Amino acid sequence: MTRINLTVDGDTYSDDVEPRMLLVHYLRERLGKTGTVVGCDTSNCGACTVHLDGHSVKSCNVLAVQADGSEVTTIEGLATDGELHPMQAAFHECHALQCGYCTPGMIMQAIDVLNDNPKPSEEEIRVGLEGNLCRCTGYHNIVRAVQVASGQEPKPASLEGSAS
Amino acid sequence: MIPAQFDYVAPSTVEEALAALAEAGDEGKIIAGGQSLLPVLRMRLNAPEKVIDLGRIDALRGVRDDGDAIVIGAMTSHADVLSNALVRDNAFVITKAVEQLADPQVRHRGTFGGALAHADPAGDLGAPALALDAEFVIAGQGGSRTVAADDFFVDLFTTAIEDGEILTEVRIPKRAGWGAHYEKFVRVAHQWPIVAVAAAVKVDGGTISEARVGLTNMGSTPLRARSVEQALVGRPATDEAVRAAAASAGEGTNPPSDLNGDADYRKHLATVLTRRAVLAAAGG
Repeated sequence: MTRINLTVDGDTYSDDVEPRMLLVHYLRERLGKTGTVVGCDTSNCGACTVHLDGHSVKSCNVLAVQADGSEVTTIEGLATDGELHPMQAAFHECHALQCGYCTPGMIMQAIDVLNDNPKPSEEEIRVGLEGNLCRCTGYHNIVRAVQVASGQEPKPASLEGSAS
Repeated sequence: MIPAQFDYVAPSTVEEALAALAEAGDEGKIIAGGQSLLPVLRMRLNAPEKVIDLGRIDALRGVRDDGDAIVIGAMTSHADVLSNALVRDNAFVITKAVEQLADPQVRHRGTFGGALAHADPAGDLGAPALALDAEFVIAGQGGSRTVAADDFFVDLFTTAIEDGEILTEVRIPKRAGWGAHYEKFVRVAHQWPIVAVAAAVKVDGGTISEARVGLTNMGSTPLRARSVEQALVGRPATDEAVRAAAASAGEGTNPPSDLNGDADYRKHLATVLTRRAVLAAAGG
């Protein structure tokens, strides 16, 4: 067992973990933060994306011990005082999710894209999200949500095919 | 999927890491960014008893100016290499290759030295490093030695790094003002290249005065397309001249055959991608 100290979504934790424990398993099984999901488990799909010291990583491809001393932000740490993060709100408003499984990772990576480039073009958004797979293939509205969140597109007044 | 059990140590100096590696012997494995190693451990294709993490060795991180060369620390992340002005100004083909390497998340964790030491023949960094005559600085308990790029890549996933040694930095001779391009052929996003070509050229008054061309996934190691380089020098940077020079790109290569294409297809692809890469590098 190895002792790790880290901050996750603003709270500090100190835990003994097996060195082989993956960060995503630590988040889900030790901290109960099941908002971060395991998709492919082969570091392809990006569903498990979290921020490690401010940068997006695939948490199925990081050991928990490698995050010792770091600050981790998950999808569960985005909302403040019950208010959705602007990216979460944009995904909601743009109907940017179908089954929803890729959504936590998509949102975390979309925020990383805007952190690097606050006004990305559509092409830059698509390239920035290339490590995140949506098996519903609902990329169109995901890209649109990032455009809305970046203030480059107006919020949709109504949505075709929206259930609401 | 969960890796098999292992002991873990995260030294803060190269000396400590070398000592840990010596102590672990055959059962030790270095982890850099882990973006290739962790999938291997999870699938249990490898199960080292001790994993030695270089992630806490700050001295291995960063890019520095060293006169006629730039020096990239082995633990510098791909993302940091991508945004580095020294690399962009003096080794632009590295920037162009890293830009297309994997995806943003992997570039945040994966490291320049880790990828080169892993020596996947489909990895994106070998061909540009080879094309630029990079030198690999390898530390052992007896001190450091420097290995030329031509001697570094030995075989599939095999480099000149011996047991008990650690790649610490990569020196790349400066080539300011050269044009560069990395032409990567893939079927889907964030994938390894079926074939890729790294081209760096110096163009004076419309004529190619110097050229470097490296090939990815055209054999068990990255390869230099020396016949193409020689054919380009002194030629105009036109489609016709570059097309003629690129025709020999597949000569002497031994590419794999797989579901993405057989060896002959890859040899043809190499000529097409070489032409595109050189023309783009020359500003065409």
